[in-house]
Amino acid sequence: MEKEQDSILDEVTSGEYKYGFHSDIETEKIQKGLNEDVVRIISAKKNEPEWLLEFRLKAYRHWLTMKMPVWPNLRIPEINYQEIIFYAAPKQRPALNSIDDIDPELKRTFDKLGIPLIEQAHLAGVAVDAVMDSVSVKTTFKETLAEMGIIFCSFSDAVKEYPELVRRYMGTVVPYTDNFFATLNSAVFSDGSFCYIPKGVRCPMELSTYFRINAANTGQFERTLLIADEEAYVSYLEGCTAPQRDENQLHAAIVEIIAEKNAEVKYSTVQNWYPGNKEGKGGIFNFVTKRGICRGESSKISWTQIETGSAITWKYPSCILRGDNSIGEFYSVAVTNNHQQADTGTKMIHIGKNTKSTIVSKGISAGRGQNSYRGLVKVLKNATNARNYSQCDSLLLGDKCGAHTFPYLEVDNQSAIVEHEATTSRIGEDQIFYCNQRGISTEDAIGLIVNGYAREVINKLPMEFAVEAQKLLQISLEGSVG
Amino acid sequence: MSAVSEVTARYLNLYNDNIDRINGISSPYINSFRQKAFEKFTELGVPTRKNEDYKYTNLNVFFDHDYRSLFMPVEADFAKADEFRCDVADLDAQGIVLLNGFYPTLNGKLHQFPNGVWIGSLNEAAVRFPDLVEKHYGKYAQTDKDGLVHLNTAMASDGVFIYVPEGVVVAQPVQVVNLVHAEEDIFNQHRNLIIVEKNAEFTLIICDHTLSPGKFLTNAVTEAYVGENSHFDLIRVQNEHNTACKITHTFIHQEKNSVASSNNLTLHGGLVRNSTYHNLGGERAESNSYGLFLGDKFQHIDNFVSVVHSSPNCTSNQLFKGVLDDVATGAFNGRILVRPDAQGTLAYQRNNNILLTDDAKMDTKPQLEIYADDVKCSHGATIGQLDDESLFYLQSRGINKREARVMLMFGFAHEVIQNIKIEALRERMDNLVMQRLRGELSRCASCMVKCG
Repeated sequence: MEKEQDSILDEVTSGEYKYGFHSDIETEKIQKGLNEDVVRIISAKKNEPEWLLEFRLKAYRHWLTMKMPVWPNLRIPEINYQEIIFYAAPKQRPALNSIDDIDPELKRTFDKLGIPLIEQAHLAGVAVDAVMDSVSVKTTFKETLAEMGIIFCSFSDAVKEYPELVRRYMGTVVPYTDNFFATLNSAVFSDGSFCYIPKGVRCPMELSTYFRINAANTGQFERTLLIADEEAYVSYLEGCTAPQRDENQLHAAIVEIIAEKNAEVKYSTVQNWYPGNKEGKGGIFNFVTKRGICRGESSKISWTQIETGSAITWKYPSCILRGDNSIGEFYSVAVTNNHQQADTGTKMIHIGKNTKSTIVSKGISAGRGQNSYRGLVKVLKNATNARNYSQCDSLLLGDKCGAHTFPYLEVDNQSAIVEHEATTSRIGEDQIFYCNQRGISTEDAIGLIVNGYAREVINKLPMEFAVEAQKLLQISLEGSVG
Repeated sequence: MSAVSEVTARYLNLYNDNIDRINGISSPYINSFRQKAFEKFTELGVPTRKNEDYKYTNLNVFFDHDYRSLFMPVEADFAKADEFRCDVADLDAQGIVLLNGFYPTLNGKLHQFPNGVWIGSLNEAAVRFPDLVEKHYGKYAQTDKDGLVHLNTAMASDGVFIYVPEGVVVAQPVQVVNLVHAEEDIFNQHRNLIIVEKNAEFTLIICDHTLSPGKFLTNAVTEAYVGENSHFDLIRVQNEHNTACKITHTFIHQEKNSVASSNNLTLHGGLVRNSTYHNLGGERAESNSYGLFLGDKFQHIDNFVSVVHSSPNCTSNQLFKGVLDDVATGAFNGRILVRPDAQGTLAYQRNNNILLTDDAKMDTKPQLEIYADDVKCSHGATIGQLDDESLFYLQSRGINKREARVMLMFGFAHEVIQNIKIEALRERMDNLVMQRLRGELSRCASCMVKCG
C-alpha cells in the first residue's frame, strides 16, 4: 500500500513543464552587466522624460548601498548582476497598426501558450497585455476600453501619453527605497502594464497581462501600476511562463495598486515560471514586490495567487488598509515540487477604523520542495475595531519536503480581534482508505483531496483562470501523492 | 558583527576585569567553557531588536546601566534570606533559598535528602561529582543566536545543582527561591543544572522574588536532563518589582518515553524574558510548555519557546496566555521544529492574549518548521478582548460588569493554572491571579521579609 502510494505520488509529482519551449524571435539586447550607463541606455531606448531617468538613477544609487536580504527561509545561490542582460526586446517593426503587423513567430508563441492576442480574444472576453522579455508587445481591446475612459496600455506608452498620472502614482505604494529587489526594479524596469479605471466605471471585462521570458541570460523587470478611482471596479489577471533553461533567470517585478473610495480591485496571478528540472537545475528566481493601498473609505483589494512555478519564489502581496472600513484579502495556493523553494505570504497593515482582512494560504510541498508562509498582520493604534482572520494550512506529500509557517501578529489596539490558525499534515491513510473503499483509485483520491484542499482559493479566481489553475495544480503535482 | 556595540562592550569589559577572580572561585571544569563562550558572546553581543528572536524586546533599558556584579556571596546577607518564608500555605516542599544567585553556605554547600536526592551548589558538585557534571554541563544550552546564554556560560560562578538518582520517585516537590536583595543596583547570573536519571520522578518549583527596590538584572541559565521513562515538572513563579529585569533560559533535554512539563507563571516583573527550549531527543517523549503572564503599567513580558522534535513519535504541547493592562507590552515567540527523521510527530501550540486598554500591545510570532511528512502540527494565536456576549450573559444574571470581567479573565487564566499538579500551589496561584486581576496584589503583600 505504502509502496504503491509512493509510486503514484512520484508519477503525479513528476509532470513535465509544458511551456518550456523557446521561440526564435529576433531580439534586441544590450550589453550584459549593470552600471549607471546601462540605466541611462534603458531610459534612452524608451525615450523617457528626464524625471523618470532621475527616478531610475536615484534608485540605482540607492541600490548600490543595499545588501541582498538574508532573512527568507530560502537557499539562494549568489546572483551575479554583471552577468545579466537587463534589457531585451523582440525586434519590432516601427508602429504596429493592425494585428497582421505582429511578427508571426511572436503570434505563434502566444498562440502556443493559449493567449488570445487577436480575434479569439473576443470570444474569451479578456483584454490582454502581452509582455515578452522586457517589452509589452501587444495590448488587445485598447480601443473598446478607451470608450469607457479606461486606460489599459503598456507602461512605456503610459509614460508617453499620461505622464501626469504615472508621475503622480508611481512609487507611492512601493517607494524606490523599499527593498533590495524593488530598488533594483526601480532602476532598470523595462516595461509592464498600466491601468487606470476612472470614477464610477465598472470594467466590463477581465484585464490580463501575460508575461513571457524568452531570451537567454536576461532578467525581466516589469512594473505594473493599477489605479482604481472612486467607485471603480476591476478584475485583473496575470500569468507567467518561461522557456526551459539550465541557468537561473531573475525576475524582479513590482506591482502597485491604488484603490480610492469605494473602489474594488481583484488581482489574480497564476504564476507558472519554469521551475527548474528535477535535479533543481535552472528555473526562474521570482522575487516580486506587490503591494496595494486602500486609500479611500470602503475600498477593497483582493489578491489571489496560484504559485506553481519558479525555482525560488519570494513574494508577499500586501494591503495597506488606510481608508476606514476598507477590506484586504489574500488567497494563495503555493505548490513546491522537486527542488523548488517558496517563501511567500502577505502583509496586512490596518490603519483605518473598522478595517478587515482575511488571509487564506494553502501550501503544498512535494518532492524536496520547501514551502514557507510568512505573513504580518499589524494593527496600528488608531485602527479601532480591526478584524483579521488568517488560516494557513500546509499539506506534505513525501518525506523529504518541508512546510513552514512564520506569522507575525502585532496588535496595538484593544478593540482588534486577530486570529491565526495553522495546521500541517499529510493526506491521511484513513482518507485514502475511505475513497478506496468507494471505488476511487489512490491516484484519483489524492487528486480529489488536493483539489478539495485548494478549492477555497481556486474558487476566488475568475472562471477561465480557475479551470486553468486546477489543471496546473494537477500537472505540478503529477506523481506526488501518498 | 563588525563593530561591538556600546552595550556589549560594557559586558566585555566586565569579563576582562573579573575573569581571574571568577576562575579563582569556580571549579576548573566549569572554567574550561568560559573562554569559548566569551568569544561567542563577543561575536553575538547583547541581543538587539535586529535579532529575530528578540524582535519585540528592547533590552537596552536594562543592559545599558551601571550595575555592581557579585562574583562571590556576601555571607552576612544570608541572614536576611534565612528569614524568608514561602507564603504558600500547606505547600509541602523542601526548600532552598538563593540570594543574588548564590547558594547559602550556612546550610552546607551540598547535601543529600533522605530520599537520595542531592541538592546544592553547582560549584561544589563539580568537585564532588566530576563525572556527572562533565557528562551534562554545557551540553544542552546550545544556541547560535542568543548571546546572553554565552554571557552566562562565560561568567556565571554558581547556581543550583540537583541530582535525582535512578528510580527515585520524589513525592515532595523541591522549591528553589531566588531572592534578589541589595542596596545597590546589581547584575547577577546563575547557572543551574538538574539531572533526573532513568525511571525517576521529580517536581521543581522555582520562585523569583525581589526584596529591595533597586534596579536589578538577572540572567539565568538552567539545564535539565530528563532520563528514560522519567517525569519532570518545572514550575516557575515570577513575582518581581517594576525595576527588575529577569531573563531566564531553560534548556530541557528529554530521553526516550520521558515526560517533561514547564510552566512559567509571570505575575509581576519590570522586564521578563523567558526562553524555554525543549529538545525531544528520544522516541515517544512528551513535552508540555505552559505559560501565563499578567502585565500592567510599563511592564514587558516576552516568552520564547522552542520545541525541537529530534526523534520519532514524540508529542508536544504549548499553551501560552496573557492579559495586558495599562501600557504593558507582551510578546510571544513559539517555534516548533520537526527534524527530517521525526516521523509520527504530534505538535500543538496555542497563544491567546487579551488586551485591556488601547495602549497595551501584543506581538506574537507562532512558527512551524517542518521537515517530516508524517506529522500533525497545528498552531493558533489570537489577540482580542473579552467576549461581549459572555459579559452580557453574566450581567443578565445579575453580576456587575466589573465582577463579570474579573470572572472571565480568571477563567481565561485558569486554563494555564490548572496544569499545576500540586494542589496547594494551584490554589495559591488561583488566589494570586484573582488578586492580581482585581488590582489588589502588590509585590509586598506576598512577601514575608519586612524590608522596613
